[in-house]
Amino acid sequence: MTSLLSPEAYFHAGLPEFWFAFVFVVFGLYVILDGFDFGIGILYADVDEADKATMLGAFGPVWKANEVWLILFGTTLFAAFPAVYSNLLSRYYLLIFALLLALVMRGVGSKVRKERSDDLWVDTCDRLFVAGSIAAPFLLGMLVAGWLFGLPSVLDIAAVAVGLSVTALCVVYGAAFMAIKSRGTLQTKMYERGKQSTVAYVGLIATSLVYALVVAPGAAPPPTVEAVGVAALLTVGCAAIGLWAIRARRPYSWFISVVGMGLVLVGFVAYTMFPVVDPAVELTIREGIVAPLALNLNTIFAVTFIPIIFVYFGLLYSVFSGPVEEGVTYG
Amino acid sequence: MLDAVVAGRAQFAVATTIHIVFASLSIGLGPFLVYFVVQEIRTGKQRYIRLRKFFTKVFAVGFVMGTVTGIPLGFMFGTNFATFSTMAGEMIGGPLSFETKMAFFLEAVFLGVLLFGREKVSEWFYALSAFFVAAGAWFSAFWILVVNSWMQTPQGFELVDRGGTEVATLVDPVAAFLNPRFPWMFVHMQNAALISVTLLVAGIAAYFVWQNRDSEVWSTALKIAVVVLFITATAQVIHGDLYGRHVAETQPQKFAAMEAHYETERGADLHIIAIPTELDAMTDPRADNLFKISIPYAASFLASGGDPTAEVTGLNDFEYDPPPVALVFWSFRLMVALGFWFVLLGAWGTYRLWKGGLTDDDRLLQALMVSTPLGFVALNMGWYVTEIGRQPWIIQDVLTTTEGATIGLSSTEATLSLAGVTAGYTAVMVLFIYIVRRYIRSERERVVETTEPPEPTQPSQSVVSADD
Repeated sequence: MTSLLSPEAYFHAGLPEFWFAFVFVVFGLYVILDGFDFGIGILYADVDEADKATMLGAFGPVWKANEVWLILFGTTLFAAFPAVYSNLLSRYYLLIFALLLALVMRGVGSKVRKERSDDLWVDTCDRLFVAGSIAAPFLLGMLVAGWLFGLPSVLDIAAVAVGLSVTALCVVYGAAFMAIKSRGTLQTKMYERGKQSTVAYVGLIATSLVYALVVAPGAAPPPTVEAVGVAALLTVGCAAIGLWAIRARRPYSWFISVVGMGLVLVGFVAYTMFPVVDPAVELTIREGIVAPLALNLNTIFAVTFIPIIFVYFGLLYSVFSGPVEEGVTYG
Repeated sequence: MLDAVVAGRAQFAVATTIHIVFASLSIGLGPFLVYFVVQEIRTGKQRYIRLRKFFTKVFAVGFVMGTVTGIPLGFMFGTNFATFSTMAGEMIGGPLSFETKMAFFLEAVFLGVLLFGREKVSEWFYALSAFFVAAGAWFSAFWILVVNSWMQTPQGFELVDRGGTEVATLVDPVAAFLNPRFPWMFVHMQNAALISVTLLVAGIAAYFVWQNRDSEVWSTALKIAVVVLFITATAQVIHGDLYGRHVAETQPQKFAAMEAHYETERGADLHIIAIPTELDAMTDPRADNLFKISIPYAASFLASGGDPTAEVTGLNDFEYDPPPVALVFWSFRLMVALGFWFVLLGAWGTYRLWKGGLTDDDRLLQALMVSTPLGFVALNMGWYVTEIGRQPWIIQDVLTTTEGATIGLSSTEATLSLAGVTAGYTAVMVLFIYIVRRYIRSERERVVETTEPPEPTQPSQSVVSADD
């Protein structure tokens, strides 16, 4: 154990870079998993009462577990790069609190909706749920843009554009997930919304990149042309597969393609940032990483528990697999 | 606009005061749920199904409120105490991430099964889910208390320079995590959570029994609750006494504030009962404005571990400014007073259970109903003593709270978020109380209006209880 936890050296010379990657993997998983929760919350604004019940039936058992990935992202960043955690949260102070408020709104709104049946109560809960589900991915996108481009404030066109892109991406996720979880008119509607939001996402993310590259070339660090090219190709490829899957009415293939679309985005952010971990102050991975003993210990816990967490998720999603049944209770 | 540091501290205080109620609800209710589920499966009795259903609903709404109020807390270290987070990241970032990995996923995933999966999974898997949810709450408490206790009695680290910033680097994880305060805090907190939830269960059960003396469901809950209360509350008083001794040894300034000892003296006495004789005593308790019943030499005896004439350092003689003495002094007294009240309640209930007439003692039922929320009050008072009492330190003798705050945070930002957090957290708490009250009201209709179906396995029992 003493040798394993040697304070002299990392288990492996590349361990800090592994943790940089791990931070983004966790972030990517959060964006995908809670992304479809947000998407459900946004699409929820435009469906009838019976479909609302189906959507909440799909959302109810899984959202809490999905949201835990945000906590894991925060605490992983804290455990591996404490200075980055402190910098990001204090730099984008009000944005963080707005994001947290949005998460409270959608969580509480969806949970307490069934407690009363009068219109005022139900409508208020629905509004909280929808508003929180729209605001959260938008603010999350702004946060990512601020982080990647090293913006001193997120009141910036590039940040707004990325915020809108992430919101559109979440609508695609929500539609694809609901296409799996529903049948009939709701499913048809989800395919329709999926088509529209896929086009919107590709347009918005392209606009964000063009703006960041051409209009605001000061953004640090500038993404390489190769990276932009590869990311654009992959995104368009995933979108094309998605649109094909929608036409072929294959919800699982569609869902996998949109998962790919999100991974491309998060991968692009990580690739562009590397080897810096906080571009605003040009802090590199090696400067920001914790000492070997702490990181080795973190590694032991991660290697032990992450597979177990995947088993939990496998169990959860298999217990609640397939379309939502009629008359299901939610909460 | 408030000073950014003051606003940040107030914000953390508001957030933790409300969040800890939900956190302790999960910790304390977990074992009850496991018991109900196991009894339901083992005996198939209606009463355990009813109790399981009722308290799973309470648990679920509390869990959601705990999640939404807990996530911001994890981020408030970074937003408002950025210097502290950078400096202590190696010491506390790890445990917080271990908490997420070990506890939160376990709780969140299996709560989904507990709430929605009764018909979808086998009985043993359902019982296992209840156990996992409870275990998750306890793992979570373990790591959170590792972090907090390290801030009270820090060890296992070295201060090193990293890129021009002084940071605490981890050198001995076992010493850091299992620091001297940890076992005291863990036992005291887990037991406090159990007591709080037991009082909640007892209060609700007392209300239903008072509505319908023949309710088998709720007299079962009442019986369990009074016995558990008697055991846990008694243990807490004994443990608290020993814990106080440990605090006196490790954080003498906090101990002096708990006792409002200003002068350094030999043979210091310990105030058992303190009643303000002037209004000033509420905000500035001192030896001369309190009516006290004290044990001579006891403070010296406690602080030194056995020497009644040992010197106890008074608040006037510490290098750093004392914490707000009145808050610490009165919080401590309220906690202790409530603690003794809980022992009395537990003893009274257990005596009634033993001698008979538990469900007929109106005084007792009323006392239990009034005491429903008091466990959470006592628990918060204890945390006020712990957290306000260690000021000015955020890490005892290493970093002050002011030094640990975010540099350059504007008072406008800090005040805005304080207003938002206060409004949001209060709304969540009000909503929680409102919803639980509705659960109680709808259960009351069942308790009062419907005759409970006879127990399928032991039909004779309902006849017996109807004759009681």
